[in-house]
Amino acid sequence: MATLVNPKHNRIGLEPADYKGGRTTLCAGCGHNAISERIIDACYESGIDPQRVIKLSGIGCSSKSPAYFLNRAFGFNAVHGRMPSIATGALAANAGMLGIGVSGDGDTVSIGIGQFIHSMRRNLPMVYIIEDNGVYGLTKGQFSATADLGSTLKTGVSNDLPPLDTCALAILAGATFVARSFSGDKRQLLAILKAALAHRGTAMLDVISPCVTFNDHEGSTKSYKYVKEHEEALQEVDFIPAAGDIQVEYEPGTAVEVTLHDGSRLLLRKLGHDFDPASKTAALDVLTRAHANGEVLTGVFYVDAAKPDFNSLLNLVDEPLATLPEDRVRPPQSVLAGIMQELS
Amino acid sequence: MEAVAPPVIGELVNDFSLQVASVNGSGSQSSNLVVLRTMFQMGIPVSGKNLFPSNIAGLPTWYTIRASRRHYIGRKQDADFLVALNPETAQEDVAGLIPGAAVVYDQPLQLEKQRTDLIFYPVPFDKLVTGIAADAKLRKLVRTMIYVGVLAHLLQMDIAEVETAVRRQFRRKPKAADLNWAAVRAGLDYARQNLVKRDRCRLERMHETAGQIIIDGNTAAALGCMFAGVTVAAWYPITPSSSLCESLIDLLRKHRIDPATGKATFAVIQAEDELAAVGMVLGAGWMGARAMTSTSGPGISLMAEFAGLGYYAEIPAVIFDIQRVGPSTGLPTRTAQGDIGCIAQLSHGDTRHLMLFPGSVAECYEHAIAAFDLAEQLQTPVFVLSDLDLGMNNWISPAFQYPARPLQRGKVLTADDLNRLGEFARYRDVDGDGIPWRTLPGTAHRNAAYFTRGSGHNDRAQYSERPHDYAGNMDRLRRKFETARALVPPAVRERAGAGRVGVIAFGSSHYPVLEALDQLQEEAGIAAGYLRLRAFPFGPEVAAFVGAHEVIFVVEQNRDGQMLDVLKTDLAPEMAPRLQPVRCYDGLPIAARAISREIEAHLALLAPGMLARNAAKQT
Ligand SMILES: Cc1ncc(C[n+]2csc(CCOP(=O)(O)OP(=O)(O)O)c2C)c(N)n1
Ligand code: SF4
Ligand SMILES: [Mg+2]
Repeated sequence: MATLVNPKHNRIGLEPADYKGGRTTLCAGCGHNAISERIIDACYESGIDPQRVIKLSGIGCSSKSPAYFLNRAFGFNAVHGRMPSIATGALAANAGMLGIGVSGDGDTVSIGIGQFIHSMRRNLPMVYIIEDNGVYGLTKGQFSATADLGSTLKTGVSNDLPPLDTCALAILAGATFVARSFSGDKRQLLAILKAALAHRGTAMLDVISPCVTFNDHEGSTKSYKYVKEHEEALQEVDFIPAAGDIQVEYEPGTAVEVTLHDGSRLLLRKLGHDFDPASKTAALDVLTRAHANGEVLTGVFYVDAAKPDFNSLLNLVDEPLATLPEDRVRPPQSVLAGIMQELS
Repeated sequence: MEAVAPPVIGELVNDFSLQVASVNGSGSQSSNLVVLRTMFQMGIPVSGKNLFPSNIAGLPTWYTIRASRRHYIGRKQDADFLVALNPETAQEDVAGLIPGAAVVYDQPLQLEKQRTDLIFYPVPFDKLVTGIAADAKLRKLVRTMIYVGVLAHLLQMDIAEVETAVRRQFRRKPKAADLNWAAVRAGLDYARQNLVKRDRCRLERMHETAGQIIIDGNTAAALGCMFAGVTVAAWYPITPSSSLCESLIDLLRKHRIDPATGKATFAVIQAEDELAAVGMVLGAGWMGARAMTSTSGPGISLMAEFAGLGYYAEIPAVIFDIQRVGPSTGLPTRTAQGDIGCIAQLSHGDTRHLMLFPGSVAECYEHAIAAFDLAEQLQTPVFVLSDLDLGMNNWISPAFQYPARPLQRGKVLTADDLNRLGEFARYRDVDGDGIPWRTLPGTAHRNAAYFTRGSGHNDRAQYSERPHDYAGNMDRLRRKFETARALVPPAVRERAGAGRVGVIAFGSSHYPVLEALDQLQEEAGIAAGYLRLRAFPFGPEVAAFVGAHEVIFVVEQNRDGQMLDVLKTDLAPEMAPRLQPVRCYDGLPIAARAISREIEAHLALLAPGMLARNAAKQT
């Protein structure tokens, strides 16, 4: 039900064209392009005002993608691995904006792992997407830290270090919406993106996104073929928007429903696993098992819709700090006089 | 029976330096501050400098209090009076004194045996403290306060002012105030009955501190940030800069919570490192906030890549560098001016950064305010280079002035502007001053958005690798830097001089330089002109000053003459040979004597005739 047939206008009266980005310069068939398309669809279908969005990234092929969606949103292509700090400052300065961050597995899990972990720990209110291809695409295909043990490069070189699992890291660090999807799984990715956009707090999405140029060969565990063959969905994911009061039928015990910040709902229909997305230990358990079994497990692993996000901890005034007028940010002369008195 | 002071020849009235040697964490700081405040309340110009180890407790620390009727509030090279409270360093401390200096010390140390050319005042601290408190822990806390009473007698402090200073120091703990006051009394009574004044140091009431305050530079800078309307601050702790953000947090909590809602008009974020801190500042600045961070050398090194992004993508940011001794960890609790060369071009590629050099605590406050204005007017990171001496030590200053002009928010286009203009190109030089117009994220207009990137871009902020776009943009950034010359605080001609010899200095060297100039004038008849730099890029007044003098001494607290190098890159090549370095880089605040001695030696070597000519002019 979540896939709408695009009408001409969305909830806020905008057309699909209002969500377009620049023409992509990435390789044809690159997984990152499919993700950009899903971001456009999700924002359009959810009726998100592109002028209220900031799109941020680090450096990498993946980090170029913000230029390819939502032209009417402000973009910030930061330095390698440091998008989280830019996002933290920007969202504190104007807490009314919706942050969408796009990073790569190199950008996040190698050079940027410190800022990544700390932004998860802060539960920064933003959608954080890792376009995960197991290699550094932009520097021509070296292994990244998410490459699986034994996965090979085109040259035949085999990876002999274990991968870091971004979902497990994010859950341990404190992110409140953690999922994995696949750029080739249109339906699931779209539903997860919409739910992530409705979530208040860090929504961390690791999206397997094959690099057709450097990591799509036999022997790679991040190729289209490998992922299609080994993908195991934890649940069937549906997103039910807040508007419309839609009732969904399911047998008791066969699905979990999570109400998100804006009243929309995430519906997770069980597929084989009996899984509770409110439990961190359960999430870490399925992730560990999937690893051991050589499965590419996708789905929503963890959701906590109640934990306060970083900006609420900052106890900010309702208006954006960035544009508060002078009389609210410069205390009056009497305050300075009082301080001078104390120091004299 | 009260001991009566015999008359002393060559008295040092309100003109001496007192050093208190103690152990880190022993509570001596309260006693030192009471002495400082007493002098201040007696109307005497005074300064307090803490020389402390990189350690929390148990290592030696020295506090120097200087009284100067001539307003010399820089460091004096030699101490005239020592309070030796640390058995570990006492022998060495005494050995380093100039003949005729006085020593107050703990009797059992028997320092009087060490030298015959000093004046010794033994005090039985342990015996005196037993009468004050029964509890051993309390005794330990108030023990050093005894020296205050001893000094009150020996230096002829106004006792009422001492009591006022003690009660002020412990104003939130009346019991502690009573106890400490009792310790002062015990020292005072002991001294009156047992010590005969034989040294030359004495205090006398003046009227030079009316309307003045005592403050450290970091608190002053924090005040500046608050009155500049800072809204986002991100930081990572490091000595000697931490107290800037910590003071700022206190100030903002007190004065920037919306009374109606109880909510904050600011966000302070303790980042995971300096890289993240400056990233947060750039993110906030991009969004339109007035954002700052504060750090010291090691943090500056980490910020390099982001500093280049800030410069190239043109994002306002205010970065305080409270300089300490480097490279590497260096001497984390000692002072230097060693980051100038690094910051001027911080980042790879062609980069030029704005730097401000506050020369007093008042300027720490004023330059903080100016920095936020400049950062937004010029859309670039602005570095404020203070140092440990200025930042962490206590200075007297005229009370700070409320900012005279409103916040300067720079060239920002609103949705209405966009409607009126029809189009907008983020990096186009429409005004010819190199400063483009920007929009802020959240502006409700379909043409407001642009894409900020550190990669090559054209004037519409679109990705571009075209040679013409890249070079054109770099040229515009250079024009912008030229525009900055007229906007930054100009250099100040502090002394006119007699024309041949000039001195250029900046930052915490200022007061020592003033004193050194008096020494040169009075002792060698050299009337040097003095230009105090306050910012980089330099204004035309700097080249004019250099052009008007035959030899210019550039005084700075680093080994390599970093400011001299920056000056060379900015001045006409034929001017460069006129510049002579005067450097100090031992971690101690520069002292006037070191400056005047070096200048005299240089002149004797370079231009003996000039010395004579200057001397002749004098008479
Ligand atoms: C400080 C720094 N070091 C190295 C680089 C070179 N570099 C650019 S992108 C990249 C890796 C990108 O990998 P990933 O984030 O996985 O993105 P992908 O290209 O695979 O989408 C590297 C190492 C850089 N830009 N900056
Ligand atoms: S190199 Fe790989 S990651 Fe980069 S654009 Fe091409 S396919 Fe995508
Ligand atoms: Mg990658």
